[in-house]
Amino acid sequence: MRIRKWGIYLLLVLCSAGTVGPFLWMILTSFKSYEESIRIPPTILPEVFTVGSYQEVIDKFPFFEFYINTFLVLLFTIGIELLICSMAAYAFARLHFPGRDVIFIILLALMMVPGQIFLVPNYDIMVKLHLADTVTALWLPKVFSAFGTFMLREFFKGLPKSLDEAAMLDGCGFFQIYYLILLPLLKPALSSLAILTAISTFKDLMWPLIVNNSMEKMTLSAGLAMLIGEHTTYYPQVMAGGMIAILPMMIIFFLFQKQFVEGIATTGVKQ
Amino acid sequence: MKWQKKSSLRRRETMTGYLMIMPLMAGVTVFFIGAFFQNIYYSFTDKSSFGIPRVVGLKNYVELFHDDSFYQALLNTILYVVICVPAVVILAVFLAVLLNSKIKGIGVFRVCIFLPAVTLPAAIGLLWKWLMNYKFGIFNEILGMLGAKPVAWLSDSRIVLFSIAVVFVWANVAYQVIVLLAGLQGIPACYREAAAIDGAGRIQSFFRIILPLLSPSIFFVSVTTVINVFQIFDLIYLMIPQGSSGTEASRSLVTYFFEQSFVKFHKGYGAAISLMLFLLILSVTALQMICQKKMVFYDD
Repeated sequence: MRIRKWGIYLLLVLCSAGTVGPFLWMILTSFKSYEESIRIPPTILPEVFTVGSYQEVIDKFPFFEFYINTFLVLLFTIGIELLICSMAAYAFARLHFPGRDVIFIILLALMMVPGQIFLVPNYDIMVKLHLADTVTALWLPKVFSAFGTFMLREFFKGLPKSLDEAAMLDGCGFFQIYYLILLPLLKPALSSLAILTAISTFKDLMWPLIVNNSMEKMTLSAGLAMLIGEHTTYYPQVMAGGMIAILPMMIIFFLFQKQFVEGIATTGVKQ
Repeated sequence: MKWQKKSSLRRRETMTGYLMIMPLMAGVTVFFIGAFFQNIYYSFTDKSSFGIPRVVGLKNYVELFHDDSFYQALLNTILYVVICVPAVVILAVFLAVLLNSKIKGIGVFRVCIFLPAVTLPAAIGLLWKWLMNYKFGIFNEILGMLGAKPVAWLSDSRIVLFSIAVVFVWANVAYQVIVLLAGLQGIPACYREAAAIDGAGRIQSFFRIILPLLSPSIFFVSVTTVINVFQIFDLIYLMIPQGSSGTEASRSLVTYFFEQSFVKFHKGYGAAISLMLFLLILSVTALQMICQKKMVFYDD
């Protein structure tokens, strides 16, 4: 029993080293000077500890704008998605109207289509609306989520029908039942969807690269990609840029670990 | 009177229903349904970045079927799937079981192992590009210390696909571990206890009890991983510079689509590539759904 326990610890330490190790190397490199970073044999700890790379990468790249844009995109995507999708999800779960099931099946079918199919037409729409190269373009198509609607509909279906009936006897209309009675009960599901959306929006790379082209209109993800393109050889700077970009999500993850894990877990449980 | 009241309620229900799905369906119609058919139309045209696209019939598809780069990208994508999917699924099951142990300090290990799930692929790409750097990367330094020759991880055409696959697995396994860990925690302890009473060992109880009960979660993880790998793009785009010696050998269907549509602006051709990808994912997912009936055990 004792040996088994130490065996598990050993495996855990090895696996954790496998995930944390590369990040550690990233941090260490970001604090080295360029000359030191390419020394052979390499130094493990920075001999001369410098924040010069951070300074330079912040001077050269509009990280402040990347942050603001990412924050705005997350805010609009999540806020509007939750509203639009929860409304539709309630209607699909609880209300009867002609064509409901057909429309819902079309939504489900859309979940099977790889996102690349929509990119070129969506880019054209953005150009037509004069929204190309704006922050609005980054979130607008993302708020109409078939997945979000599907997921929330499952949760609405899990709530007892007697709630609706009682509220109706008390004189609530359908919209009030949705807004006043059921939605507050769905907070865990809404927070799960918010987290899933946050992760996928935060990571999304191709859409911002396509629809926007000025540096000040990029998200952290796309901004970082441009950094690689232009500064491949100065690795301490590239690592510093990477650190600046991943830090906010990591801090949020440390603070809301439980919610993150529950959010991701719901995708697997509900199907 | 009563009948009238009921029918007006019906009508209100119908109206409210349409009103509540309207914002979603308006957006979906424009950005997804409309865009889907628009994309099919583009695939029959010579659409580029400017000018009005001309209909060229099946030209794009005929070209596609004679395009060696397309076949290479298709083959690479299938290779990515064949390598990454089993690796992600097996590693995720292993890590989930490991992280489900009830020992002190497990929370810290969980955070460490979950970390890549919340990291930008862009950051992961540049980090691993540095680790795999031919001259100064830590991997080749370690190989050097062991007396081995340096490896051109990202430019040797025989190796680059495997290098990308390794990074993909590293970047994507954490998310699936979280899903599987939740699945594991949903298995009631009584099953395991009953097996132990019947004299099953740990290994036996894992393969005979835990794995079948976990199979719905494993199935879900497999399906999502297959779809994700078919759309592999970020890491290749970030780690392999355009036109470098690793480009051909690492290029996936989505990378090829991106190159054609947004670098060369052959958007009609790109549309045809994206539709091929759609058909491929559709047929593989359908195949998985058929297999599901045979291999997945539902406990209800």
